Amino acid sequence: MSEHSYRNSYKSPPCHKIGTSRRDYLPTFIVWFSAIFVSAVFFWILSSIIWHGIGQISWEFLTASPQNAGRAGGIGPILVSTALILVVCIAVALPIGLGAAIMLSEFTATESLFGRLVRRSLDILAGVPSIVFGLFGFVLFSNVLGLGFSILAGGLTLACMVLPILIRSTEEGFRSVPQEYRMSAAALGLSRTTTLFRILLPAAFPGLMVGMILGIGRAIAETAALLYTSGYVDRMPTSLLDSGRALSIHIFDLSMNVAGGNEKAYASALVLVSILLIINLISFYLSNHWLRRRIMPI
Amino acid sequence: MSHYRSDDILVWTLRACAITAGVIVLLITAFLVIESIPVLRSVGLIRFFTDPSWHPAENLYNLTPMLWGTLFAMTGSVLIATPLGILSAIFSNYYAPPTLARFYRTLIGLLAGIPSVVYGFWGLVVLVPMIGKLEPPGPSLLAGILILSIMILPTIALVADSSLSNVPGGYIIAAASLGLSRWTTIKQVIIPTAKSGLFTGVILETGRAIGETMAVLMVCGNVVQTPGSLFEPVRTLTANIALEMSYALGDHRSALFVSGLLLMVIIFGLILAAEWISRGRIYE
Amino acid sequence: MSLFKLTYNSCYKLHETHAQPEILSNIKTEGLSLFYGNDAAFKNVSLSIEPGSITAIVGPSGCGKSSFLLSLNRLTDLIPGCRVTGSIRVGELDVFDPDIDITSLRLRVGMIFQKPNPFPLSIRDNIALPLMEHGLVDKNNVDLAVEMVLTDVGLWNEVKDRLNTSALSLSGGQQQRLCIARTLALEPQVLLLDEPCSALDPLSSAVVEDLIMSLKGRYTIVAVTHNLAQARRIADYAALFWANNGAGSLIEYGAVKQIFDAPKEILTAAYISGTRG
Repeated sequence: MSEHSYRNSYKSPPCHKIGTSRRDYLPTFIVWFSAIFVSAVFFWILSSIIWHGIGQISWEFLTASPQNAGRAGGIGPILVSTALILVVCIAVALPIGLGAAIMLSEFTATESLFGRLVRRSLDILAGVPSIVFGLFGFVLFSNVLGLGFSILAGGLTLACMVLPILIRSTEEGFRSVPQEYRMSAAALGLSRTTTLFRILLPAAFPGLMVGMILGIGRAIAETAALLYTSGYVDRMPTSLLDSGRALSIHIFDLSMNVAGGNEKAYASALVLVSILLIINLISFYLSNHWLRRRIMPI
Repeated sequence: MSHYRSDDILVWTLRACAITAGVIVLLITAFLVIESIPVLRSVGLIRFFTDPSWHPAENLYNLTPMLWGTLFAMTGSVLIATPLGILSAIFSNYYAPPTLARFYRTLIGLLAGIPSVVYGFWGLVVLVPMIGKLEPPGPSLLAGILILSIMILPTIALVADSSLSNVPGGYIIAAASLGLSRWTTIKQVIIPTAKSGLFTGVILETGRAIGETMAVLMVCGNVVQTPGSLFEPVRTLTANIALEMSYALGDHRSALFVSGLLLMVIIFGLILAAEWISRGRIYE
Repeated sequence: MSLFKLTYNSCYKLHETHAQPEILSNIKTEGLSLFYGNDAAFKNVSLSIEPGSITAIVGPSGCGKSSFLLSLNRLTDLIPGCRVTGSIRVGELDVFDPDIDITSLRLRVGMIFQKPNPFPLSIRDNIALPLMEHGLVDKNNVDLAVEMVLTDVGLWNEVKDRLNTSALSLSGGQQQRLCIARTLALEPQVLLLDEPCSALDPLSSAVVEDLIMSLKGRYTIVAVTHNLAQARRIADYAALFWANNGAGSLIEYGAVKQIFDAPKEILTAAYISGTRG
């Protein structure tokens, strides 16, 4: 979903100079009203979280362990677990996603059966509800592979989930490399391996970065897929096989299962939203500036 | 043909990656099916729709209240989000000055990035008490519809935005040269041209509304019943899985996988529909 | 054999393993046709190009000139749905022989494209990368080769102080000369030029044209061009392609003087005088 955002955000609006006339007052009002309404809701959500959360954010909160089921203390171990789940997710998804994207964009004809099958199944994968990923991860990673409720199981589940996003924007990066590079590399007799690693990959790097950032964003935001894979335990994890509570699960648990947990839930939500806003702004910036400058030099 | 051995190794590695990525969907489906088989054997498919109620402990497995819950929440939120999202896209393409349009697009992108658990939390602490004052108890179908609307709005807005900005500029210039007003141009020329893209957006947002778990779990009240009004609590298919998976055993557990399978089938159908619509595109 | 080629080869041996004979290749096509899907780009072209000459291929757009050029070193392999029939021989090499080593073919037949397209690497690496790929690993030899080819295209003095800056920082004409240099570094026998000046400003275009003239006799050069005056200035031979019902064909081929001054075909005369095309 959010992969659309970076693709379109650099498109300048086509034409503003459409005529206006008297009859247009009502539609103009409705259009502006909708935009203002949507913005207002956004700022309402954002400001209520900031308002209730900001007072509790401190170094202490970010590093201390939760106490009394999270009603007191901080979110130190939870941030560590979240980071570990992300590391597992990216370490697995990145090589597979990169390889698949290169295969699809450079070594597969668009109309070939192989390409069509893989693309189709990735399209479906992108639409699978996160709770279904949770069921899948619970059965495959936690039960069949015996990982139990662990950071490893959670990270692997998320890896399956972010693959479509990662692959699509990496492919996009490779597509935007001019065809002339491939032609002249072939004309110079370069092997495909050399062409890929020395010429295409550096040129497609920004696309890969955007894909990775969007993937991280999606992984951090995820809750349902982690409920039954990485678990609830809020202690500091000592290994990847420990259960670890992600930040999003922490918010869920505090607000639903812990009476009087709302204050800390606000603070945790503020941390999570801040991380995501930063990630998204970085990806917008990359696709608006870096992506364009690197690939279209002239 | 080529004398590079490294090329062969590379291509096989890459192919392995692509196959791994492509096989996940099959694995997911396979596991859902395998885990569903026990209950489908002992209970059968029909009883999921004809049993008197959902009481797995008493061997009663009626999923229809949850199906209605999902359907109502989805329909309501799509009805609210679609016009707002399309108007948003029209705003940033044809009404807003360039700087404001860029700002607004960023805002929609950020809205898309807010995690569902945060929407759910906000709904729980802000929206639900407000609805509760209006008409108790508060956690209700309405709360779910409103939260879902906000969540799926960026999907339709971003897709609509991209299909509107793909409308050839020549159409707009031609319309202007004929003296058509801005709104007439949008209504008569731009929307029809972008129609298939807009439909694709609606399908994508529908998929998101059906698949959403956390937010509806947090605001809908989760009572298993076919809702009689907007203010009654409901439970959706996804929330049902999330709520009961932790203690479900045997046929009960298997029944939850059946509802997962059901969700997969719905999503699969939506993707086929999206494919079918986008094939009829007028422009690329 | 020019002095340049002698000194050049004494400095580094790229083709040792390929055991290239030190002769210039002729090119001979017979019944060559090229299809994109079911549509023919050109049909039934039989042409014999003299070793060491410059042959200009002229004609209106859409007559298959560029496709013809791409088929000569099988870059058509990279285009999905593209199919070539007929035969091409470059020297003793049968281009469509399935057992041919495609890399040695591409080393022998170099190509320059219409739009300058240096890789997004440094100036030095644009030349060094293909050299190292083809087995020249010694750094001193690579540096030597870089200097020689850059000198050869008249770029050395302009860029010698910034060899490690991005090739994309060069002007269009400089970029095109760099592309020629990196191709020359591979010591091809044949150079294919696809409208090498048409994307450049007039001054850069003149520089590149002079460069091409200076390469005359050292390589067999086939150049596609829209610019008739340029064809007349640089070429020994000219071939006119023309599109009939969408598919191009060879109308006339001969010495450039004959084509321009005494064309045998009515179409050629009309195209030369500007009344057609």
